[in-house]
Amino acid sequence: MITVPLHAIAHARTGDKGNRLNVAVIAHHADVWDALALQVTEERVATLFAHRRPSAVRRYLLPNLHALNLVIDDVLEGGVNAALNLDGHGKTLSFLVLTLPVTVAEDALATVRATLDARAHRQ
Amino acid sequence: MAPSLLIGNGAGFSGDRLDVAEPVVRTLIARGGPAAMTFETLAERTLALGVLARETSPEAGYEPALLPLLRPVLGLCLAAGIPIIGNFGAANPRGAAAAIARLAGDLGLATPRIAVIEGDDVHEVLDDLRIAWEGGARPARPIIAANAYLGAFPIAQALRAGAQIVVTGRIADPALALGPLIAHFGWREHDLDALAVGTLAGHLLECGAQVTGGYFGDPGVKDVPAPEAIGFPIVEVTADGTITVTKADTPGGLVDRRTVTEQILYEVHDPAAYLTPDVTLDITGVTVAETARDTVVLRGARGRARPPTLKVTVSTEGGYLGEGEISYAGPNALARARLAASTLRARVATLPIRLRIDLLGLQAVFDSDDGTRGAPAPPDGEVRVRLAALAENRSAAEAAAREVLSLYCCGPAGGGGVRTSVTRRVATTSALIPRDLVHPSVAMVSP
Repeated sequence: MITVPLHAIAHARTGDKGNRLNVAVIAHHADVWDALALQVTEERVATLFAHRRPSAVRRYLLPNLHALNLVIDDVLEGGVNAALNLDGHGKTLSFLVLTLPVTVAEDALATVRATLDARAHRQ
Repeated sequence: MAPSLLIGNGAGFSGDRLDVAEPVVRTLIARGGPAAMTFETLAERTLALGVLARETSPEAGYEPALLPLLRPVLGLCLAAGIPIIGNFGAANPRGAAAAIARLAGDLGLATPRIAVIEGDDVHEVLDDLRIAWEGGARPARPIIAANAYLGAFPIAQALRAGAQIVVTGRIADPALALGPLIAHFGWREHDLDALAVGTLAGHLLECGAQVTGGYFGDPGVKDVPAPEAIGFPIVEVTADGTITVTKADTPGGLVDRRTVTEQILYEVHDPAAYLTPDVTLDITGVTVAETARDTVVLRGARGRARPPTLKVTVSTEGGYLGEGEISYAGPNALARARLAASTLRARVATLPIRLRIDLLGLQAVFDSDDGTRGAPAPPDGEVRVRLAALAENRSAAEAAAREVLSLYCCGPAGGGGVRTSVTRRVATTSALIPRDLVHPSVAMVSP
């Protein structure tokens, strides 16, 4: 097993509505979906955002899409119209989630890298 | 069985690129068959900015880039029988319609049949006690605008009445595509799975390039071909509910499982219950398959009954934001930047403001207002100090921003590149309103 940033096995996109943030996290390959579902937990995400004082973190699993959706409440310090942060939407925060350390099997990680290489090659 | 409908998107937000719609329309024409063109330009606070614009100019209040957006495609769409649907009416749909009619004249085109959809403004009924306010109470600050998200059926009604252009204000974003699908296939209010398919199609389209390689590139991980010229999306929906996502025939951008999956979940909360005015969309059973280059097929959207209420976005006065920035570089830059920050904190301590100070390049967008995340190890190099101060009155915001300017002569050594600004802020909140308080209307305004 090897520990890597979530960025090594998944991609992510944030959206915002008011003071609520959602971060969709999507496995690059089916072989790392279990690791994603087991390790990207509500508790770990709440800890990652503790300095922004979320009032709630909920996680929805989408096995069909090898994805999970994180909904993080009251973490945008007012949202786009009230925040003092340069990024009031929280658009950069998908990459904060992608810093979470995850532990995966070496061969699964190799499969992800091969998948990414194949995509790059096709283009 | 009715033929499939192609729907293109030419803008995903107010501020989107102005030269992207024409390749979409040319691709729709080249593929042939029934098609519609959509423009989404109305984010949460955009409509309130339109209301403020109308205060100084009654003719304003619609999307400021309306004419540059439509000029390249209006004649093509009218000639090809491709209706244009956009929420670019913002706070003044009739003003937008008049501007489009003038544009047609300027281009030497016959005056198109333009429909406006109104009734989203619920400012007058906010005293109703059945309204459920976010946070439990009506906002204390003065309300600038209150608009309900309308559904897709008024758009379909306008198209069936022969509208070539449909101008809306606040409307659920996916309705811009769902409306022409309802008109095309004759779907009705109880066709929940069909409405779910149309809503998912509209959701995929509504942010423009976000489904075709925009908001996506991550070099070495997720590379996007010709990212400077991303082709905007085209979605094909068949009578049996299959959605095919493709893009305009340009060299740039891509459509694959990853771009589509990211957009499926964009701004979604519970994926089993994405609430819209027309249907509750369940995307948990959706499958995504790459069937050809830049071609992704989705199946399995399911619909349940629409919610009993409509969502209202309420915009209020949000005070004033004062901002100022100054740079320090070279030896001991970080220490001088921190000295500037602590000097600023002391100098604005008595102002009635909410304060944040960033050290750009070290500690900004991931951080909280009180900086509790801490900074990474400081290199020398270059640090830009940014002050942001939110105040109820303009003078306090100006005073805070002015303190950054003052650092030139009475701050740390070598500070340069000061920029300051003060902007009026609009805050938004939301509420759920009973449907009987909202009366959508369709009017044909020309000819």
